[in-house]
Amino acid sequence: MSWTQLNLAVATPEIFLLVAALIVLLSDIFLNERNKSIAYGLTLAALAGTAYLLLQSAGQSPRPGFNGMFIADPLSQAAKFGMVIGVALMLVYGRSYARLRGIFRGELFALSLFALLGMMVMASGANFVTLYIGLELLSLSLYALVAMQRNNVHATEAAMKYFVLGALASGLLLYGMSMVYGATGALDIPTISQRITVHGANNLLAIFGLVFIVTGIGFKLGAVPFHMWVPDVYDGAPTLLTQLIGSAPKLAAFAFTFRLLAEALAGYKPDWSSMLTILAVLSLVVGNVAAIAQTRLKRMLAYSTISHMGFLLLGFMAGTRDGYAASFFYAMSYMLTAAASFGMIMLLSGKDFEADQIADFKGLAKRDPWFAAMMLIVMFSMAGIPVFVGFFAKFAVLKAVISTGAIWLAVLAVACSLIGAFYYLRVVKVMYFDEPENQAPIAAAPDSRILLSVNCLLLLLLGLLPDRLLTVLTEAVQRSMLP
Amino acid sequence: MLSLTHYLGLGAVLFSISVFGIFMNRKNLIVMLMAIELMLLAVNMNFVAFSQFMGDLHGQIFVFFILTVAAAESAIGLAILVVLFRNLRSVEVEQLDSLKG
Repeated sequence: MSWTQLNLAVATPEIFLLVAALIVLLSDIFLNERNKSIAYGLTLAALAGTAYLLLQSAGQSPRPGFNGMFIADPLSQAAKFGMVIGVALMLVYGRSYARLRGIFRGELFALSLFALLGMMVMASGANFVTLYIGLELLSLSLYALVAMQRNNVHATEAAMKYFVLGALASGLLLYGMSMVYGATGALDIPTISQRITVHGANNLLAIFGLVFIVTGIGFKLGAVPFHMWVPDVYDGAPTLLTQLIGSAPKLAAFAFTFRLLAEALAGYKPDWSSMLTILAVLSLVVGNVAAIAQTRLKRMLAYSTISHMGFLLLGFMAGTRDGYAASFFYAMSYMLTAAASFGMIMLLSGKDFEADQIADFKGLAKRDPWFAAMMLIVMFSMAGIPVFVGFFAKFAVLKAVISTGAIWLAVLAVACSLIGAFYYLRVVKVMYFDEPENQAPIAAAPDSRILLSVNCLLLLLLGLLPDRLLTVLTEAVQRSMLP
Repeated sequence: MLSLTHYLGLGAVLFSISVFGIFMNRKNLIVMLMAIELMLLAVNMNFVAFSQFMGDLHGQIFVFFILTVAAAESAIGLAILVVLFRNLRSVEVEQLDSLKG
């Protein structure tokens, strides 16, 4: 075994990101309070470099590396590109927010980069070990990040809840993996998939493991009935980190679910498909109904996330190439929408003031018509109103569901979206028809203003021209699926 | 002679104890961290048992990774616990009630 056989080149973006994250970590020692912008600049440069390296490898066919532990295929490369964008948006939107709250520190930059590295490894894992290591690198970084504001009671409580339930989810997932290992005698995904097809799909041990794996995935995605951590963590964490948790990791979770269910356990499709149906239906109903009762915007968005994860699972449940592609498109568009919604909260927040109540958006149209229009786009996109990207994401998922013949599921999903439209439109109503309580103009840095506007307009643009992205993602799924 | 079933049974018992430890425990957060560690050890028991009885080393290698991650995980868990204790002056589970809705 020599170095060249390891084929390290397939992980160039990850290796670059690792080195860059270590440099950012080290640079923090030499920077005093006033020079933190240098670390911030280095972090953005690291993200730009990673994105560039990912683009270099775009369009290549799947390449395994590290003796089959790691795979760089079109699906993972596309997901990684989305994750890099998600983390970069978080850093730009949250810059002044973090500075005002004393969390504009080296830990924020280094841990965000390590969380991104974990997500990228998750997307590329071709072995249970790699998938697990990536998942833990992401989760451990996020636990520490949520607890970063040390004197904030809500944030530390949220971190504790996130930690306990996240660790429980990892434990369940591992227990399931150990059962699948016992049933197939392998840890790498192509071998597992092949042995399940050869030996038939009625092994009790593997089915037992499958139940635990689906439970673990449910916890990580935040699907009902494993959703109890989502509202508390979204609400308690500083908004900057809520954005980090709510955007890019959804793409990683999509890729992770794809590897485990659609590749490794493809032989048990009828079994996991029915389990996912239950999770999806419960998430759609509970998420949308509970969101109506919320007065805090961050909590409302948390419940809306739960319902969106229901849609994501619906695409998986279809279990076809178009279903996975629809889920991928959903995850990608949701990442952009969620980033914009939390970015909007940070835009309106000031020192000692969190714009995390729905009432804080009262009369925004009179205070700042441009950003009121931007928030309108975000809310319409989440509600799934035509010409915005959220509509096409839902449409693609529903098309895949109907193609499997489950008409009742599609009808239920549409009914739940209608309930959902109520609370999204309530935010729009508050912005346009209520009188402002606070007349002060929005004080935000030009870079976050411009990027937030671009992000929101992208939701409209992708809604007008969804075909191109959808084609790219469908092709990525097509070329990444195991033969 | 102990068979694979015995080891799997032990793993299942340890796993159930840890899940109960997380959900039934209303008093102490440190006990919860112990339950999380126990859960990972139950998984390790499974992996080692399967690995031994199938004559395949990969499972035992995975155990080393899980042990390493478990160490990092308890370090982060205890760090969060210390921060929480500074804010609340308590490590009781029932005190974690400021977030509701």
